[in-house]
Amino acid sequence: MSTASSSAAWKTGDVVPDQFPAGLRVLVVDDDPTCLMILEKMLRTCLYEVTKCNRAETALSMLRENKNGFDIVISDVHMPDMDGFKLLEHIGLEMDLPVIMMSADDGKSVVMKGVTHGACDYLIKPVRIEALKNIWQHVVRKRKNEWKDFEQSGSVEEGDRQPKQSEDADYSSSANEGNWKSSKKRKDDEDDADERDDTSTLKKPRVVWSVELHQQFVAAVNQLGIDKAVPKKILELMNVPGLTRENVASHLQKYRLYLRRLSGVSQHPGNLNNSFISSQDATFGPLSTLNGLDLQTLAATGQLPAQSLATLQAAGLGRSSAKSGLPMPLVDQRNIFSFENPKLRFGEGQQQHMSNNKQINLLHGIPTTMEPKQLASLHHTAQSIGNINMQVASHSAQGSQNNSLLIQMAQPQSRGQLLSGDSVGSHAPRLPSNMGQPILSNGIAATRNGIPEIRGSGYNPISQASSMLNFPINQTSELPGNGFPIGSAGISSLTSKGTFQEGSAGFMPSYDIFNDLNQHKPQNWELQNVGMPFDASQHSSSVQSNLDIPQSVLVQQGFSASQVNGQNRGVGVVSKAMFSTVDSTEQGNGQNVNHHLNNLLVDNTVRVKSERIVDAGPANLYPDHFGQEDLMSALLKQQEGIVPTENEFDFDGYSMDNIPV
Amino acid sequence: MDRNRLQHQVACMRRSLFDQGYLDEQFIQLEELQDDANPNFVQEIVTLFYTDSARLIQSIEQALNSRPIDFSKLDDYMHQFKGSSSSIGAKKVTSECTVFREYCRAENAEGCIRSFQQVKQEYAILRRKLEVYFQMVRQAAVAHTA
Repeated sequence: MSTASSSAAWKTGDVVPDQFPAGLRVLVVDDDPTCLMILEKMLRTCLYEVTKCNRAETALSMLRENKNGFDIVISDVHMPDMDGFKLLEHIGLEMDLPVIMMSADDGKSVVMKGVTHGACDYLIKPVRIEALKNIWQHVVRKRKNEWKDFEQSGSVEEGDRQPKQSEDADYSSSANEGNWKSSKKRKDDEDDADERDDTSTLKKPRVVWSVELHQQFVAAVNQLGIDKAVPKKILELMNVPGLTRENVASHLQKYRLYLRRLSGVSQHPGNLNNSFISSQDATFGPLSTLNGLDLQTLAATGQLPAQSLATLQAAGLGRSSAKSGLPMPLVDQRNIFSFENPKLRFGEGQQQHMSNNKQINLLHGIPTTMEPKQLASLHHTAQSIGNINMQVASHSAQGSQNNSLLIQMAQPQSRGQLLSGDSVGSHAPRLPSNMGQPILSNGIAATRNGIPEIRGSGYNPISQASSMLNFPINQTSELPGNGFPIGSAGISSLTSKGTFQEGSAGFMPSYDIFNDLNQHKPQNWELQNVGMPFDASQHSSSVQSNLDIPQSVLVQQGFSASQVNGQNRGVGVVSKAMFSTVDSTEQGNGQNVNHHLNNLLVDNTVRVKSERIVDAGPANLYPDHFGQEDLMSALLKQQEGIVPTENEFDFDGYSMDNIPV
Repeated sequence: MDRNRLQHQVACMRRSLFDQGYLDEQFIQLEELQDDANPNFVQEIVTLFYTDSARLIQSIEQALNSRPIDFSKLDDYMHQFKGSSSSIGAKKVTSECTVFREYCRAENAEGCIRSFQQVKQEYAILRRKLEVYFQMVRQAAVAHTA
């Protein structure tokens, strides 16, 4: 039952600006009717516009139907139909709204979970009205950060005034606040559609940076030279109707951050992920957390990964030139964007970086046949993962965690069904060596290609090149299950490695997984050549599976991440990315993708050892428990009915039904 | 009866509920939410609490009676129950819930059963008292000033 209560007329747009925060549109979700009613009354007393909902699913669909209909969400942690953290991730990924968690539980771990999953606040029940009076600050803060992005990306136009206003004066200055907020509010309240291209709109329209678009962007950036790439010129070069300079500016901003991250530069303060990651404790080992973080970042940064991806793509496979285009020196060992990963892949401890690189590489490796979107999405995922990893690694004491993660990862894999053990699952996780297939099988029916033996074999480190090819797929699928893309191969290696890189370069377990995935891809290329023949055979069948795998893997990754750590946000993004990737591959590019995937998997495995450990840390641990099943189901879902053209990021939560198998 | 007297009685009873630890600050929060638009807000909330908690109590009973006891499920139910009771300011009930959860975490079946009896007892006592209290409130509201 969800009662829509509209008390204020805030939305009409003709509200007096200084009324803020009155009229703030709050969605409150709690399965306890008593609490729900009390909260509603309290929020109304604060003059907010309240909509209450007693089921997470309902809340999510309400949010989806009306993406701009709410300013902030308050959700309980314990809910019967969906975990509050999962909802949190979803919202973060899909709508990027501030979310406040609440619970009667005030245990440190739960609160930490909230933080790591991206909640902007955590309230302990019973909630007092005083606590609710100030929730508007989260809305403002988020918008402020968005403005900052604008500014940084050089699109300081009308927004110029605004952030300054808020930044100059402390928020205690009602005058400034009022002005800023009012202008912001006013803008928000105005018809969103009208404001879409209006630079003064605080709420940036959600431009979907499809792979194609991103590629165009990257091409334009490269053409201009990363240092000289200004939004205006990029916009001109891209020549995309309807795209505004602001869109480009913010995208560029994110892109730069992404590049910086890849090169191992400290996280950008403006990066959402960063904030998350820093707050993350080492305790959240599960990859999911990392992934979650990534996701968040991903979500936060929006299309950044896509950008990176595009860049990577543009750079070409394995061409380090791609890196050169990056403003950030990718010389960092991590060199995310470079195909130097191969070096790293093989067990260097660069995990994180490698992962990052891998991610990027992954994108590169992905044959152009892949639809840009997919790549972008992959990229996204990779990025996010990478980000998270990076962040996580740096913050938490990865070492121990990683190990545990690795072990966990390995475990799931050994189960063979990392992903959820569904029929398909057997393919993937198990044998790295042959897999090739359907590692994704977990959810990917298609992946069955023939790597049946893989299943049984369990995890073999990617020793065999040929098998590796298939393996990647497995890996991918497996990874999701575990949360580690490492796949079966990776797992074994991981445990053996046990060298979590604790904090090495801030590898975040989750990141690694993705990285691995990504990395694998680049590696896969290498392997591909080796195992070409092998791969080729598998190709046909595996193509799909390969594709699936990455998808599933990615998705899974997201899942595990989200599930584990509640970093659902990232997951969502990841899933999307996955979808796109898969979709494209399915379409025919699959082969290429497969190769990539295989490679990735293979690489991942290898890398996993060294890298994964890092990832395996906290992040991995968790995913195993949660991720596997979810991942599996996610994968399965993906397999079933994935719509080939599903490149948009608007998949419905975790339903991968569209993935054409 | 004289309204003033009734109101005085209401105030006294209310006071004792707080003094004796049956209610806490949160109840005052609810009272403050009550206004002309929602003149019976507190009563409505408490009634809602009764309905919801009755359901939870039953679930807990069932869980306690089943063998083997699913402690995590129990903990879950009790967590919900605790959340509700703390929301209305039911102090004693909430603290008994905490005790129960301790036993639950320790997987002490006997302890759980015992403490649940306490929870039910406190719940029943509070319910009775509040019913009396609200009745007085209603009477005072309609009483004429002598």
